[in-house]
This record gives sequence, structure tokens and C-alpha cells, in this order.
Amino acid sequence: MFLAVHFTQPPEWRWYILGYFFFAGLAGGCYALGAMLRLFGRPSDESAARLCFLLAFPLLLVCPILLTIDLGQPARFWHMMYDTGAGGPALNFKSWSPMSLGVWGLLVFGVFATISFLEVVALDGRNYPLSGVVSKVVAGGVARLVNVVGTVFALFVAAYTGVLLSVSNQPVWSDTYALGGLFLASGLSGAAALVTLFRRWRSTAAASEEAIAEADGYFALLELAIIAVLFVTLAFAGQLVRAVSAPWFVLWIVAILSLLPPLAGRFRSGVVVSPGGTAALARMGVAANVATAAIVLVGVLALRAAVIWSAQG
Amino acid sequence: MAQAKGFFTDTSVCIGCKACEVACKEWNQLKGDEPHFLADSFDNTGKLDAENWRHVKFIEPSSLTAATTVGDGQAWLMMSDVCKHCQHASCLEVCPTNAIVRTEFDTVFIQQETCNGCRNCISACPYGVIGFSETTGTVHKCTLCYDRLQNDMTPACAKACPTQSIQFGNLTDLQAAADKRLGQLHQVGYSNAQLYGRDNTVYGGLNAFFLLMDKPQVYGLPTGESAALPSRNNVGGYLGGVITAALALIGGMIAIRRRREPRAGETRPPAVEPETQPVGSHAGGGDGR
Repeated sequence: MFLAVHFTQPPEWRWYILGYFFFAGLAGGCYALGAMLRLFGRPSDESAARLCFLLAFPLLLVCPILLTIDLGQPARFWHMMYDTGAGGPALNFKSWSPMSLGVWGLLVFGVFATISFLEVVALDGRNYPLSGVVSKVVAGGVARLVNVVGTVFALFVAAYTGVLLSVSNQPVWSDTYALGGLFLASGLSGAAALVTLFRRWRSTAAASEEAIAEADGYFALLELAIIAVLFVTLAFAGQLVRAVSAPWFVLWIVAILSLLPPLAGRFRSGVVVSPGGTAALARMGVAANVATAAIVLVGVLALRAAVIWSAQG
Repeated sequence: MAQAKGFFTDTSVCIGCKACEVACKEWNQLKGDEPHFLADSFDNTGKLDAENWRHVKFIEPSSLTAATTVGDGQAWLMMSDVCKHCQHASCLEVCPTNAIVRTEFDTVFIQQETCNGCRNCISACPYGVIGFSETTGTVHKCTLCYDRLQNDMTPACAKACPTQSIQFGNLTDLQAAADKRLGQLHQVGYSNAQLYGRDNTVYGGLNAFFLLMDKPQVYGLPTGESAALPSRNNVGGYLGGVITAALALIGGMIAIRRRREPRAGETRPPAVEPETQPVGSHAGGGDGR
């Protein structure tokens, strides 16, 4: 790294892109967390794993909608995948352009997220056309294989958005390698928070609450470490002041403070109580969990907003 | 392919008349932005964007280095800025739709029918050349008058320039002319004069290159050290993601595998929230496999 000099103009990526980065991180994070619970966990973790897959699919559905709306010519969204110009007609695939790679990654992840969603719906006993076929075809080893390959793409979708920003000549974004990892760690942490929120409507997933909370602690720790790396690299490039100047420092503070509850272990408040523990104590625990999860999700959003806005002024 | 074409902009003879801006707008039917008082010297154009494909920069003495001082006063630099039509073009590199192409004249061109307005090129262009048009929903920049080139005509800006500050022609001829002009200036004492983009140190060479009277930064141009392609961050960026993914998977695995069982005498808290038709209450909720 060197003291960077930038004369670029901002691409005016604002609210839709912020929304896309947020949902992509959560969708990828949920899928990866679900796969981890299913592959590494106990049989009792299966319910939470299914909850993760159930969440990943609708979260992912929002992503292409936001991306398309953000285009200046939304009806030409398919030009991302098909060259209609002088180089065509041919498929568009530029491995060195994260936006091109990301479009294909999103598409492939969409396939895996859909399969896992349909699998879980079928396993949960909901009837829909072909549900019986799906549950038979995608069962046991096949489902796990789908989860493993799907996780690769889930992690890619959660991370590539940061790389997309870095592969530019914008100040802040292009002055660090940390954004891909940062968005991934943040997405996983947000996914853990989201699963905790939705766990209320799937009581059988409670068995995994402690594990998810502990995993979130690791994700938060990772995110905090990467924020430190980000600040150091930006300082070396002479862009740290720009990144944390007013009013963006408020967003950074929110993002960093949101990591404290999972780090402090408050996520698992009330998980284990003595036989004499009261329902009131448990109720407080639930309220604390919901509040903490909400704080984490706000932090996920604030982090992305800080990165997106500070570079564009 | 036809012979490579380009611009040689000699800023030493630019008088800031803005005829290039007007001619460009006239030929390319650009309305221009709403006029604003920018309080920035004689500049009321501000920057290159979708409506301004030529922009005359006015650089007043406060920005200049001591070497630009001439006689008893200081020089007042002017420069007609434009798309550089880089040999290694950042915009072309990142464009996901392949809307940005290199033409038979070796210039960089945005195909309007293909562009979908993702604006990735704007974040990549190190010169701040490309602008987004709300009217067309696509991005725009100098085409080096592609339509005129196809009809063997000189681009409008070069045609209109009254001082020959903007010269158009075959790239090799322009480079020879630039070398000659630089020699003249050095000979009469303008030691700070330099060519920018004449050789391949900046983005592999620029088809629209400049003779500058001061350092590139003074004109708002990145130096050779700063002039890097966006793809330089691909490996580092993805590597950071892969390392993070590996650590996160390890962390997740530890958390899921290592959790303790409730000790004797401990129980899990009672569920207090209403059970609203749990999703897993049918065939397989929580049964594992």
C-alpha cells in the first residue's frame, strides 16, 4: 500500500445497494450457518439448520430485485449475463470483474438456496406439488452434498460484495483488501442474530441457541479484528480520516458497539437456569435475546452504510 | 484495424476559451448541466460527466508548485480535460455487460444499447471521466467523435480549438509532435514541462495524452505510482474473504461441537412465547436425520 491519490467520481451507489449488501450478507450467512449446524451439529440441531435454510431463500429473493431496481436501465438486467453488443451474442463472464462474477455467483447460490428451501419445506411436512419427489431426491447424503457446495457459493455471495467495492479506484474501497472478509464476518454475525429472532416461531430450534450464540461470538470477534485491519490499511493509504470523518463515525460507532453484546456473551442470557428459575427470568432472557439480535442487525446495516457512504462523500 | 487515433492536448497553449466544450456539446447534442456559480476561477463546468465530455480546468497559482513561477508572476494553468482512452482502461476492465469496447480506431467507446447503467465503470475510472445520465439511464463519456472518425472527420473539439492546444491525428504522429514540442519548451527554460500518458507508464499509455506545465497531481491526474487498474485488488480481496471464511467455519464448528451439556440439576428455561404453529411441528421438525 502507498499513499493513494484519487480523482474518481462516486458511482452513486446508495440505498438499493446498501439493501442488497445487507440481504446478500444475511442470505449467505444464514445458508452457511444452516449447513454448519447440519454438518457439524447434533441431531437436535437439525431444526435450527432448517430454520436457517428457510430464512436464506426469501432473503436471497430480495437481492436481484434490489440490484435490478438500482440499474439505470432495469429492463436490461440480463445484459449482465448475455453480451448483446459488439462482442456478442455470447454469454458474459469476466472472472476479473467481481460484478460479473457476482451475478453468476448469485444465480448459482439461488439454485442451491431454492433446493435447500424446498427440501426443508418438504421435510417439515408441507405439501406442495412435487414435495414428495423433492424430499426423496434431496435426502440424506444428497442434501448434505447440496449444503456443502451451496455453502461455498453462500460464503462467496456474502463476501464478494466487499471485493466488488475494492476492485475499483474509489478512495477507501480500493485502499484495502479487508472489505470482502469484513462483509462475510458481518453477514454471518447478522445471520446468527436473525436466526435467534426467528427462533421464537420454531420452538424446536431452541436446542441450538447456545451453539449459535457461541458461534456469533466468534463471528463478532473475527469482524472486530477485520475492522482493526481495515483501519490500519486505510491509515497506511492516508484514507482513514476520510472513512471515519463526520458524520460517518457515528455509523462506525454503531457497528462496533453492536459487536459487544455477542462478544460479551449476553446473547445466551437465560439459556441455562436452575430448577428454581422462574418464567419471569426466562421471559427477560427472551427479551434480551431479541434486543441483542436487533442491535446486531442494526450494526450489520450500519457497517455497510459506513463503508458505502464514506467513500462517496 | 484502422490506425490508432488520439488527442495530443498541449496545455502550454490553452487559453481557456472553452470552444472545445461548446463544440463537443454542439456536435454530440449534449444539453450540459444547469449552470452553477462554482466560485472556482473561471470554471462553471466543474467536472466531466454525462453532459460534459470536455472540461477546461483552470488551475490558479495557489495550487501550483514553485517551478511554475514565470518571470515576476506565476503561470495560470489551463487544461482541456477529456477521456484518456487508456490502453489499459479501468472502465473497460470492470464493465460487466461488455458495453465498453475498444473500437477499430483504438479508442474506448460505450455502446449505449448495451449499457444497463450499473455504474461500475464510474467507480473504476481513475480520471472521473464517466457520468451517469438520469435521462438515458446509461453512462456517457467522450467517444472521440466515433461517428466523425467513421466519416474521416476531425473530432469537434480539435476542429474548434483556436490555438491548436487540442491536436487530433494518428497516435504515432501525435507522439512525435509532442516530443518535438517538449524539446522546444525545455530549450527555452520550462524544465517542469512534461508529457503525461505519452509512454506506457500510465495505464499502458493514453490515446488522449497531454503536455503538462507542472506535476500531474496539480492537474488532478494520478501519477504513474497511483495509476493502477481495479483488478489489482482481486487477489488480495478474495484472499481476505477465503481466510475469513476458513476462520469463520472453524469458529462455527468449534461452537457447535464444543457446547456443553446441561449439568445435573440444570434444565433449559421454559418457552414463554406463544407457539404459533411451529414450522417444524409436522413430519420432521427437530427430528434430525
